[in-house]
Amino acid sequence: MANFFTSSIGKKLMMALAGLFLSIFLLVHLGLNSLLVIFDSTDKFNIAAHFMGTNILIKIFEVVLFGGFLLHIIYGIIVQIYNWIARPVSYKVSNNAQSSFFSKYMIHTAAIIFAFLVIHLSDFYFKAKFFGGVEEISIHGKEMHNLGALVIAKFQMSGFVIFYVLSILFLGFHLLHGFQSAFQTLGLNHKTYTPIIYGAGIIFSIIVVVGYSLIPILIYFIR
Amino acid sequence: MVNLNSNVPEGPLAEKWTKYKAGQKLVNPKNKTKLDVIVVGTGLAGASAAASLGEMGFNVQSFCYQDSPRRAHSIAAQGGINAAKNYQNDGDSIYRLFFDTIKGGDYRSREGNVYRLAEVSNNIIDQCVAQGVPFAREYGGYLDNRSFGGAQVSRTFYARGQTGQQLLLGAYGALMRQVKLGKVKINARVEMHDLVIVDGKARGIITRDMVSGKIESHFAHAVVLATGGYGNTFFLSTMAMGANVSAAWQSHKRGALFANPSFVQIHPTCIPVHGDYQSKLTLMSESLRNDGRIWVPKNKEDAEKIRSGSLKPKDLKEEDRDYYLERRYPAFGNLVPRDVASRAAKERCDEGHGVGTGLAVFLDFKDAIAKMGKKTIEDKYGNLFQMYEKITDDNPYETPMMIYPAIHYSMGGLWVDYGLMTTIPGLFAIGEANFSDHGANRLGASALMQGLADGYFVLPYTIQNYLADDISTPRMSTDLPEFKAASKNVEDKMSRLINVKGSKTVDSFHKRLGHIMWNYVGMAREKKGLEKAIVEIQELRKEFWKDVKVPGLLNDLNTELEKAARVADFLELGELMARDALQREESCGGHFREEFKTPEGEALRNDKDFTFVAAWEHKGEGKKAELHKEVLNFEFVELKQRNYK
Amino acid sequence: MDLKLKIWRQKNQNTKGKFVTYPVSNISKDSSFLEMMDVLNESLIAKDEEPIAFDHDCREGICGCCSLYINGRPHGPDEKITVCQLHMRKFKDGETVVIEPWRARPFPVIKDLIVDRTAFDKIITEGGYISVNTGNAADASVIPISKEDADLSFDAAACIGCGACVAACKNASAMLFVSAKISQFALLPQGRIEAKQRVDSMISKMDELGFGSCTNTGACEAECPKGITLTNIARLNREFIKAKVG
Repeated sequence: MANFFTSSIGKKLMMALAGLFLSIFLLVHLGLNSLLVIFDSTDKFNIAAHFMGTNILIKIFEVVLFGGFLLHIIYGIIVQIYNWIARPVSYKVSNNAQSSFFSKYMIHTAAIIFAFLVIHLSDFYFKAKFFGGVEEISIHGKEMHNLGALVIAKFQMSGFVIFYVLSILFLGFHLLHGFQSAFQTLGLNHKTYTPIIYGAGIIFSIIVVVGYSLIPILIYFIR
Repeated sequence: MVNLNSNVPEGPLAEKWTKYKAGQKLVNPKNKTKLDVIVVGTGLAGASAAASLGEMGFNVQSFCYQDSPRRAHSIAAQGGINAAKNYQNDGDSIYRLFFDTIKGGDYRSREGNVYRLAEVSNNIIDQCVAQGVPFAREYGGYLDNRSFGGAQVSRTFYARGQTGQQLLLGAYGALMRQVKLGKVKINARVEMHDLVIVDGKARGIITRDMVSGKIESHFAHAVVLATGGYGNTFFLSTMAMGANVSAAWQSHKRGALFANPSFVQIHPTCIPVHGDYQSKLTLMSESLRNDGRIWVPKNKEDAEKIRSGSLKPKDLKEEDRDYYLERRYPAFGNLVPRDVASRAAKERCDEGHGVGTGLAVFLDFKDAIAKMGKKTIEDKYGNLFQMYEKITDDNPYETPMMIYPAIHYSMGGLWVDYGLMTTIPGLFAIGEANFSDHGANRLGASALMQGLADGYFVLPYTIQNYLADDISTPRMSTDLPEFKAASKNVEDKMSRLINVKGSKTVDSFHKRLGHIMWNYVGMAREKKGLEKAIVEIQELRKEFWKDVKVPGLLNDLNTELEKAARVADFLELGELMARDALQREESCGGHFREEFKTPEGEALRNDKDFTFVAAWEHKGEGKKAELHKEVLNFEFVELKQRNYK
Repeated sequence: MDLKLKIWRQKNQNTKGKFVTYPVSNISKDSSFLEMMDVLNESLIAKDEEPIAFDHDCREGICGCCSLYINGRPHGPDEKITVCQLHMRKFKDGETVVIEPWRARPFPVIKDLIVDRTAFDKIITEGGYISVNTGNAADASVIPISKEDADLSFDAAACIGCGACVAACKNASAMLFVSAKISQFALLPQGRIEAKQRVDSMISKMDELGFGSCTNTGACEAECPKGITLTNIARLNREFIKAKVG
């Protein structure tokens, strides 16, 4: 009997579910961030960030989110190790140009995204949560972190902006294959709907890349 | 003393098999577990037999030279499988299938066997559907049929152009299920090289492990050979490269009679030979003749122009084309039996009307495409058209296919009685390896039927009749002197082959044998040519054993050694085929003697003198084989000149 | 045409292999790739060298024996064919052709270009069939099956078990092979009865044998000589979920 969680398909299923879940998170996160460029004042962003950091439901959800990340990453690594073991001797010439391009580099784009994630978290999230050193601000009589100012300050550095944009680009590559692949793994393949999922995957990836890149770029040039 | 009793039960035709089963001995379930059976070969017959025997409770050892039982050459059968279901309501019946098969075989097969074949044909389709074989279906969800050569009804079940594959995978599945249940053990990449006889009964085989080179002995209470045909004697054929006669031939040398070796089938629709380097011929399914029309240019000048490339075949006017099958055989047209279609193609090409290299005729789908549309033709034959284009670089949707006859099937094989047992007690032969059901010519879509009939529905019964007397025979040790001697025999043969250290490759001998066979023992034979062939084969055999070069080691994977052992046997069988063709002074089915034909050039049988099975007994190295005759009694069918006009 | 061949030579499973270069000349454009290999082997034997061992049998693209990885592609540079159907007209005069065996942990090299694919048989043994004994069957027309399902089932059943999917996959995954068998039966009413058990045991065996998992890259589909599609893998995933959750 194949164990659901250790079988190759089960692992991929967990990754797919976690991946789709994380994709939803990407949209929420993008929505919050866009407050920074939509409004002149950082207040709206700070309020939203404060809400996200203090609301009990969100806090529970935060744990789930980290769980999702962990699941996706750990399963990803395990699956990749098994995949490497499955071919101990590699080919001298490989010419599988016929398969989808980005699918071949999922682990590589994943590694870049992971590195980015660590830096990104320690720059903002951990700083606010654990490291301290984020200045306080009072909005409508409530004390809260001035994360908006922190973000704007960070994105005044051109190197930082370039690093962010590049990392987001790799996230886009990861999504370009990952989004539709997740549906295939879940067994959702259909004559008419699969092309729509393909299209949706491309649109989603573009939204994520353009959206997340525009924020640092706009901050850099406008603020 | 050779006993050629066919053991066909007495009584009315339709009751023989029922009567046999009612009266036969059975082995009770507990005793079955004490009995071992060896099945050599995993094609349709072998896989289905091994699986069925396993299901019944016997301990089965299955052997194949391929890396997996799924690769046996039954897989290459394209067109379909016959059954007398009469789903098309076109007047089919068991009797009609029986009659067509007997007539198609030119009245050189046993009535009792053929009737049984037709009788179980329906069970095969049921069994295969239950196994999940995805036969073609109509829009209403019911099974579809197509028509095949030699029949005026549509009784052929098919799975696109891959029927053999689907049936074999069904049988392979059943076989692997028994592996899972522990009743069958598969020995892949293992080839049989000798039969072991203890106290007059077949008790095991000697094999060579094709990876390690190890010679091994295996015991069983009975041995079943399902090792296919010997078409590769001709070098170029539609057979798989590894297909060989060695298991059957070594058993013949141990005492099993070899029947009708000259009866080989030349299939009319193969891709023509195009070069010296060619290693095999590719079949284009006979089903293509359902919709394709066969023609050559009426005028030799046009044929010449087409050969030189100055005239495109599709540009030749309708009135300048000779649809010679439709002209000669208006009743059956392009669907005459294989032997008739093949000879007609040879006749046209010999007269100078051939296209391509001169040894090819056209098979044209122009009219079918115009009538039914490209899509319909693609649905029916898409994979065949694709295969043709890959090989020839010609697109058959645009330009007619070129075809020419090629060696395809051997009707001859080990002599067996009604119970499928050879003249060695305990040695059975099923499928193409035996001789029994197709007479002098096999009809299309009947080989799959016979293989599965033998494996699923006949042998599992008849073998019990034999094994019932063996329930108290304990398993024997392979240390017995009989096993040791046979094993040493094989070891010696292998070392002899490797130690010739001559100058010519195995393939070069095989090609030369093929030339002799094709020229003298092929589509048209005559006394002088056959006598010449016998002498030339004998000389070639001598030269082989003096000058063959087999590189590599004995105890290693050695493809040249494998080939050498097979060719050594073909070199012996080839002579027997010529001898058999020489003694049969008539034309029947696939055996056509130039001296015996009607004024119109059709085959002329001699029922008075040749209504018998020619069963040959091996008399020792260098000695002439002895002919025994099993006279065929036709109680139910009247012998007539075949007429497809 | 003349070619330079770089061929993997390996004595047996336990020794290390290496590439050896062989020039061949005067090859006909109309010969098949394996016939070109035959010509090379004949010349090697003439020079008292051991011929190159490679699997082949039917030479008409259906037995699934032949298994060469040519210039980076299983079954070489053509679509929907096996090596034995590959013809030399697909190559250029003077070209260098690299020939390797299938590479996957569950497919160890036996000798030169021959690999051991019994792993596939082991997977089929776990349930690649419908459990029906000979003689039990009802009349074939008892259960009508829609033409569409029968055709899809056939499309999946057309798999020849050559292993090109495993060879092509960057993860050496056998998902396309397994999905073909699962799909064939999943689409037929007679196959539904054991569907859960079948997918469970076959996947379990596939994992145990050390095949990689599916990244949905589509390399298998692109290289499959019989055109088995990724939709079958999706169906396999569905069947697995059904077996485990449903």
